[in-house]
Amino acid sequence: MAYQHNPPATSRLAQSIVASCLAIGIILAVLVAGKTTSGPMQFHAFIVIAAFLIGIVAIFNLGGRINDEKHEPSPSGVFYNNGVIKYGIIASMFWGVVGFTVGDVLAWELAFPVLNFDLPWTNFGRLRPLHTSAVIFAFGGNVLIVTSFYVVQRTCKARLAGEIAPWFVFWGYQLFIVLAATGYVLGVTQSKEYAEPEWYVDIWLTIVWVTYLCVFLGTLWRRKEPHIYVANWFYLAFIVTVAILHLINNAAVPISFVEPKSYIIYAGVQDALIQWWYGHNAVGFFLTAGFLGIMYYFVPKRAERPIYSYRLSIIHFWSLIFLYIWAGPHHLHYTALPDWAQTLGMTFSIMLWMPSWGGMINGLMTLSGAWDKLRTDPVLKMLVVSIAFYGMSTFEGPLMSIKAVNGLSHYTDWTIGHVHSGALGWVAYVSFGALYCMTPWLWDRKGLYSLKLVNVHFWISTVGILLYICAMWVSGIMQGLMWRAYTELGFLEYSFVETVASMQPYFIIRAVGGLMFIIGSLVMVYNIWRTILGHSAEEATPENIDNAIAAQALGE
Amino acid sequence: MTYQDVSSFSQSWGLVFLVAMFIVAFAYALWPSNKDKFNDAANSPLDEE
Repeated sequence: MAYQHNPPATSRLAQSIVASCLAIGIILAVLVAGKTTSGPMQFHAFIVIAAFLIGIVAIFNLGGRINDEKHEPSPSGVFYNNGVIKYGIIASMFWGVVGFTVGDVLAWELAFPVLNFDLPWTNFGRLRPLHTSAVIFAFGGNVLIVTSFYVVQRTCKARLAGEIAPWFVFWGYQLFIVLAATGYVLGVTQSKEYAEPEWYVDIWLTIVWVTYLCVFLGTLWRRKEPHIYVANWFYLAFIVTVAILHLINNAAVPISFVEPKSYIIYAGVQDALIQWWYGHNAVGFFLTAGFLGIMYYFVPKRAERPIYSYRLSIIHFWSLIFLYIWAGPHHLHYTALPDWAQTLGMTFSIMLWMPSWGGMINGLMTLSGAWDKLRTDPVLKMLVVSIAFYGMSTFEGPLMSIKAVNGLSHYTDWTIGHVHSGALGWVAYVSFGALYCMTPWLWDRKGLYSLKLVNVHFWISTVGILLYICAMWVSGIMQGLMWRAYTELGFLEYSFVETVASMQPYFIIRAVGGLMFIIGSLVMVYNIWRTILGHSAEEATPENIDNAIAAQALGE
Repeated sequence: MTYQDVSSFSQSWGLVFLVAMFIVAFAYALWPSNKDKFNDAANSPLDEE
């Protein structure tokens, strides 16, 4: 088989075409900036102009310093495109800390409303989508993009398709995040949960996402392996499904091409159903399928053992894909949605127990015969605990989709607790594990700066998560019970504000838990930063010197 | 075609379709001649740094 001997050069023609497209984009943005009556849209047009100008310069200086370090082929002779992944690791950590911090600010605002300072920009309603989008799409999205780029190259033994395209996906996605986030704070929103950005930001994301799909498919096309490894199936399902969800849920008509406001084409219960078909599959395919791709590559890699059962992983994949897409109606129990559709959503949610737990068992049992590694490798411990949280939150979710349980849990803090056991325990932990794995591998370091600090991160965060979800269980169930309590004369026993006042102590516990989670993530940032700089805390400790001396003595 | 037609079609044939897809995926996963291919695939992440 003929291998490349040098990393491929960027085509001049491709550089010119992409630069011309960006130039056309600049012209359009100038027109919008001149014509619009909306301050935020004008601001966005200026951001786009600046970003595209930088983009044109960057296209002719691809990768910058970080990509020029050195070019060495992998053992199988492939030049992997690692530069974009390195940038993505740093971006993931940055957006993670931003998203966690905004979340904790919101937690303190709920406990002490005066903390919104009576300003429109720091109002709960504007910061809340900033938090959800920052953690899901900015942190989670960056982790998914870079791990998918990492995994698809290694498991296909092929370099990423395209030289400009992966960079366009990465930077284009960052631009999407900036436009979405600044829009929320300035009050630009189409008010669809997890799909708040207005039409022009949606169009930009579509361009970026289709490019992402092409890069991924192009890399699969180039593969030197006969079979596509299962992690890539999960990534591909995530990319394709998110594209379809995004296009259908955001079908909107803008009032003008130079104004941010638009109207969704659906109305009433149809709009609600499409929104929650979108919303739940954002959970199923963005926050689950994509991160399962991480699990199926990084857990075997870190444990140095193949996945427990490859056959189970195939059944896990197909049953998860076919069931998840129907579960959305459980968000609309006891609404105007037809009863049979609600029951269908509930039934499919309950059936999801099977693939979810099949997948959890598959991940956990990969360690069978190697459980001792959990004592010595805190990164593996983080990955394994993420799988345990995956199992726990995918048990809780179907339980909450049962109509009788949902009657108690819906609209209460129980839902918030459930979401965060999945988001912090599963999504964030499996992401942290992948970041801890990739950093020394990509920067060619012997190991992380400090495994002890990984352990510190693990314990601070785990206690934080437990404080968070336990507080929300108590406050959510209490809230649900207070809402449905009647006096003997048939009146409601509590006013709404009484339920809120009773929840305040739990709000404070939750905010403290969130703060611990942020501190843990800052420990990670420090650890990974020192790893990138090439430092090692382990070498110089007295313990290690003793060990080295002892080893030497034994050798003699 | 009324709402009733669409909903009864999806409630009956939808079930048949999903069960058929599940059987196909299940058979593919357990088909004896795929065993070696899957073993190779399971080991593929481990073979290089």
